[in-house]
Amino acid sequence: MNIIKKFSLGVLITLFLSFSANADKIKIGTEGTYPPWNSKDASGKLIGFEVELAWTLCRYIGQQCEIVEQDWDGMIPALIMRKFDAIMAGMSITAERQKAISFSQGYADEVASLAVMKGSDLESMDTPAGINLTKPNTAAKKALKTLTAALAGKTVCVQTATIHQNFLDSGDVGKVNVRTYKTQDEVNLDLASGRCDAALAAAVAFSDYAEKSGKPVVLVGPTFSGGAFGNGVGVGIRKDDTELLNAFNKAIDKARKNGDISRIATKWFGFDASM
Amino acid sequence: MDFELMINSFPKLLNATLITLKLLSASLIFGLFIGLLFAILRINKNPIINKFAYGYSYVFRGTPLLVQIFIIYFGLGQIEYLRSTILWVVLKEPYWCAIIAFSLNTGAYTSEILRSAFQTIKPGIIEAGQSLGISSKIIFYKIQIPIAIRQSLPAYGNEIILMMKGTSLASTVTLMDLTGVAKYIISTTFKPIEVFIVAGGIYLFMTFIIHNVIKFLEKKYTY
Repeated sequence: MNIIKKFSLGVLITLFLSFSANADKIKIGTEGTYPPWNSKDASGKLIGFEVELAWTLCRYIGQQCEIVEQDWDGMIPALIMRKFDAIMAGMSITAERQKAISFSQGYADEVASLAVMKGSDLESMDTPAGINLTKPNTAAKKALKTLTAALAGKTVCVQTATIHQNFLDSGDVGKVNVRTYKTQDEVNLDLASGRCDAALAAAVAFSDYAEKSGKPVVLVGPTFSGGAFGNGVGVGIRKDDTELLNAFNKAIDKARKNGDISRIATKWFGFDASM
Repeated sequence: MDFELMINSFPKLLNATLITLKLLSASLIFGLFIGLLFAILRINKNPIINKFAYGYSYVFRGTPLLVQIFIIYFGLGQIEYLRSTILWVVLKEPYWCAIIAFSLNTGAYTSEILRSAFQTIKPGIIEAGQSLGISSKIIFYKIQIPIAIRQSLPAYGNEIILMMKGTSLASTVTLMDLTGVAKYIISTTFKPIEVFIVAGGIYLFMTFIIHNVIKFLEKKYTY
């Protein structure tokens, strides 16, 4: 009995210490499998554009931070359940997500693109270089029609709970066979194995994979932005946490003015993806 | 608690339960054949045959089902040679990959359940058959197999329930089974508790049915 008492006291003290040590730290959740936004190096350390940007923003806020990992499909629920205080995980600002959480101003933007393996018949699609879906012009509408015809009956793979899945589910490109995966890595694997006729994700996610794996992955069709693809990537924060939201907005302003965001973006993306 | 979401997601989840049941029944049927075959190989006196059967059950009982399904789905998909063979027609489909993994897994457990059931048959029962002049083949089919099946019912019922829960791993290879659809609904509503409670309730109900069917069979075939 005595041993049990001592043991539980020890557990309580440890718990108390670990809580109090973390009390004033801002916890930032990221995925760690979406290069170049966020990923891990060979030793398992979190790296990437958002990891470096997070440390910079925390310096401007003047508070200690801790970056924690979270699976993508549980990212927003984990924020709401207070497992961490902010999301920096390549998460685009969309109307759907804004029903559940708030977003800071955008800090970077990305375009989405379809990718196929070299030799696919989708390579011959005739579309403009890029289309914006917020207010689609005639060229964009025509491109969507071309895509609808080309993708009919094809299997298109996406990561689950992403803007890319939302776009395919929206019916803008007709009825495609959508297959969803837990991580972008798995999408890439099945694109290479031939189980997917095409995949949809951030264009940089594919170019990063093609470069690292040496697989003949090619981008096809237009790049997508606006509409279901949201308005840039921002920091996700709980709705009642306005103080932290303001702090992040101010920090992003400062980081942008000092050129930090574009410097870090150029380092990781190879071009200036900041906004 | 968002009760409206729970009510709205119920029909979608029920629909997905059909895929879960398909996966479960296909795996159990294949698994039972594999299990019976390997149980017979296990009690064979030839050491090579019996070591081979032991090796199979050792590997599939000794590794997590998630690892097995990943090796079969993502692992085999990486072998370029395989993609040019006729096997790829089956392995290309996540549905068949899941069934292969589940069947091999439950087959390993079933073979152990049946083997121990065979070994608990009292030698006196077989001797009684022999003293009546019944051939050993008929003794095996008419005496040993029925007794072994009755003996293994409780343990096999457990295995069915474990396998039923195991099918939730099909969602990791893109299948829209009960867990897959639950995750999909969560990805648009961001409310995991409500949706998982409904999905969990459906799993629990299936367990209830399986449990009672097995109990009924146990009573019916009691001796």
